[in-house]
Amino acid sequence: MELPMSSPNRSHWLPWHATLVFGFLYLPIVTLIVYSFNGSGVGGFPPRDFTLDWYRELFTDDAIWNSVLNSLFVAFAAVAIALALGIPAALALDRANFPGKALFRRLVLLPLILPGIITGLSLLMLFREGGMKLSLVTIILGHGTALISVATTEVFAGLQKLDRAQEEASLDLGANYWQTFWRVTLPNLRLSIIGAALLIFTLSMDEIAVSFFLIGRDNTLPLEIWGRLRRGITPEINAISTIIFVFSLAAIVTWYRLRARAEGRVEIAAELVEAAS
Amino acid sequence: MFSRAYRAAITIPPLLWVALFLLLPYALLFCYSFWSVSPAQMIVRSWTLNNYRELFRVNVYLQTLFRSMWIAARVTIFSLLLGYPLAYYLSFGAGVKKDFLYQLVIIPLWVSYLVRAYAWKTILGSDGVLNTLLQYVHLTSHPLNFLLYSPFAVVLTLTHIYTPFAFLPIYAALEHIPRNLIEASHDLGAPPLQTFRRVILPLSIPGVLAGATFAFVLSLGDFLAPLLLGGPSGIMISNIVVSLFGAAYNWPLGAAISFGMLVLVIGLLFLSERLEKKWSFR
Amino acid sequence: MASVIQPEIAPGTVRTVPSLLSIHEVAKSFGPTPVLRNISLDIAEGEFLTILGESGSGKTTLLRIIGGFETADSGKILMGGERLDPLPPYRRRVNTVFQHYALFPHLTVEENVGYGLRVAKVSREELASRVEQALAMVKMTAYAGSKPSKISGGQQQRVALARALVNRPQLLLLDEPLSALDANLRRQMQVELKSLQREVGISFVFVTHDQDEAMVMSDRIALLRLGELEQVASPREIYSRPATAYTAQFIGHTNLLRGEVKGGIVRCHSLSWRVDLPDGPVLFSLRPENIRFAAGPLGSNAVHFRARLRTRIFHGATELLQAECADGLVLSLRTASYDNRHGDLDLEFAPADAIPVRDSDDLKNRN
Repeated sequence: MELPMSSPNRSHWLPWHATLVFGFLYLPIVTLIVYSFNGSGVGGFPPRDFTLDWYRELFTDDAIWNSVLNSLFVAFAAVAIALALGIPAALALDRANFPGKALFRRLVLLPLILPGIITGLSLLMLFREGGMKLSLVTIILGHGTALISVATTEVFAGLQKLDRAQEEASLDLGANYWQTFWRVTLPNLRLSIIGAALLIFTLSMDEIAVSFFLIGRDNTLPLEIWGRLRRGITPEINAISTIIFVFSLAAIVTWYRLRARAEGRVEIAAELVEAAS
Repeated sequence: MFSRAYRAAITIPPLLWVALFLLLPYALLFCYSFWSVSPAQMIVRSWTLNNYRELFRVNVYLQTLFRSMWIAARVTIFSLLLGYPLAYYLSFGAGVKKDFLYQLVIIPLWVSYLVRAYAWKTILGSDGVLNTLLQYVHLTSHPLNFLLYSPFAVVLTLTHIYTPFAFLPIYAALEHIPRNLIEASHDLGAPPLQTFRRVILPLSIPGVLAGATFAFVLSLGDFLAPLLLGGPSGIMISNIVVSLFGAAYNWPLGAAISFGMLVLVIGLLFLSERLEKKWSFR
Repeated sequence: MASVIQPEIAPGTVRTVPSLLSIHEVAKSFGPTPVLRNISLDIAEGEFLTILGESGSGKTTLLRIIGGFETADSGKILMGGERLDPLPPYRRRVNTVFQHYALFPHLTVEENVGYGLRVAKVSREELASRVEQALAMVKMTAYAGSKPSKISGGQQQRVALARALVNRPQLLLLDEPLSALDANLRRQMQVELKSLQREVGISFVFVTHDQDEAMVMSDRIALLRLGELEQVASPREIYSRPATAYTAQFIGHTNLLRGEVKGGIVRCHSLSWRVDLPDGPVLFSLRPENIRFAAGPLGSNAVHFRARLRTRIFHGATELLQAECADGLVLSLRTASYDNRHGDLDLEFAPADAIPVRDSDDLKNRN
């Protein structure tokens, strides 16, 4: 809600600053998109020769498609793991008291703020010691572990908005704890869970830092792109990046809408602040 | 209120997973940091402090660490300088556009790190967009080389990535300030600038601390941006770790650095939490 | 300079006092909805004025316009002869006690109270002494070093009061400051606020929806309804001589009697009595305490009637009885509680107690 007369910001430089920051944030992406259609390649100003060649090349690129499939596989599996563990974790943090709860909370949320290299390396050691070969499975385990924190924060936020009285009413009317959970709690968390799934899926598809260390023979999409980058820049990468951007955009806007519907206001920041402390 | 079976079902699986995939790996990291590697590239599991001694003895490690911290510090400062006024504008000045602008800020946050870092690479290169643009409008006659493969490129890219991260907690903190406090301040004679200094700024500090912590910790441990854009002068501490796990094959030493980073990060988080509590007035 | 006629202190005397604040034809709409329609009001120096109204009446908006937190769409406000409305809040010699106190959570009680003085760059010694005085005045000296989160609601309210008064404003605005307190504390604070105002001597403009509160505290009440001033008068005046049906019903209980005047006699259902009114429809307000059991003392021109007791509502010292006449007319009357009558009652009231009031639009379809 904006303040009319008592608005503290009669300063006029703020909107300009905001414009500059938005420009800074979006300029690289816009450049990327523009040059994905540029006939003379990645650099060079001004862009000329509009072409769809790079996209055409993309569609015949088997390695890219394979990596996309791998990424999808990993993402779905990661969502499954993260939700299967994140939902109970959120419930536990919200309702149960057990020894080591504070430590548990910090551990679960740690991967959100820890640099990916530490999560990745520590898991690498685990697999090494356990004699497990690196493959898509190890990547799935890595993503799942790192993204439990996202599931937990989303569902926890949803739990805060949940009306306890509904669960109490259910128990009062004769349902036991399990039935109440399936019939009342879970349906109310539906939007939070869907939102979490969407977010986890997107993050998993984009994940590179942890995957870097856990990669086996099969590449995920980000790692495939990374490999090519080491060899040199090609406009094909612009094309695939543009596609990634479009999908991410769609996913995030959808997630935002779901969240806004579930809670009336979006405050992911609040949980991140929580997580950092 | 909940049955024991229910409680067990919601606590035990996550606890087990966390123990197995978070605690245990960190413990392994700890152990590895005290072991060593033989010339035949086998891990020797005898306990020694050599790795840690090595870190302090050989200059490059500490140098790189300090350079990394300096890069992280600059990223943090710039992210705050960009993020705070933006959060302020959205919270107080944006009116009906607030929701839309908020989405606009978080979208880049979730778009692939790789895509964004790559974008900067194409912009900053000697044949990149920026250089060719400058030459096209005759501002320069030859490419500016410092733009890419330098600490400058790393700071620029990481600022781009972490500004939204810094923005979020600051925005949340500003949104939580009850608007009647601002009216009260005006009522008592304080014009907008003084109101900002005396009321808004102090109450937003927990958000600033959280945002700064994010930006600093994540930049410090970053290895991708230096690899893509840093060049020889932009190497950061995580790059050393990566090479120790790769070509230079010295896992124990790498583990020592990693564990050191883990301890440092956890220490920073605790410090930040302490300060945030001190500055929180609820 | 405009002046305000003060309420009668002794019968027959009229006092005129210079007005401090002049509100002149102020109107405000939020989008398509008008919230204030051409309000004109003068506030005297040293008076305790209450702006009374239901939610949606515009009372808070009016207060905020005086404080500078909203701008009127049209009209002007003068204080001491000079235009107040173009000034931002921080340049007005007006201070506000906010509804939820709005104490700064990061400052101690002392620092909160001294805020306005620090902004005005008052010297350290003067600041300290004035803050001390203000805290003593609201009896919060012991809590000077506490943070707002550590003190109770009632205590926060006192601090908010001190914080406003320490600046010696010409006018103090209070936005429903007692609404968050529980009943007993509220009554106590009403008395304290009233005596504080007398002590300090500046004008208080108090906003509330509670008519009892308004009557207890005010020198004058301005009753606001749907953005218009229904009546502005002293509590006594507004109670015994309400101008409209709405006023009569909003403040205290009343019976509304609709009747027809013809040739100096009014007929209201099966009741009739002599009136000095022109022919035509008329609406009367008759307070329940003015209906008594027939015993003769009212005199022969009292209106007598019979009614059957239907309900009684216990109010402690008094009871409110509802009685139904043969023609279906239901009237409320107030009696002392020890009265134990039942069944058919002989009742009467004096014609002078039936006050003619202006009809209010939405009450047309009653009685």
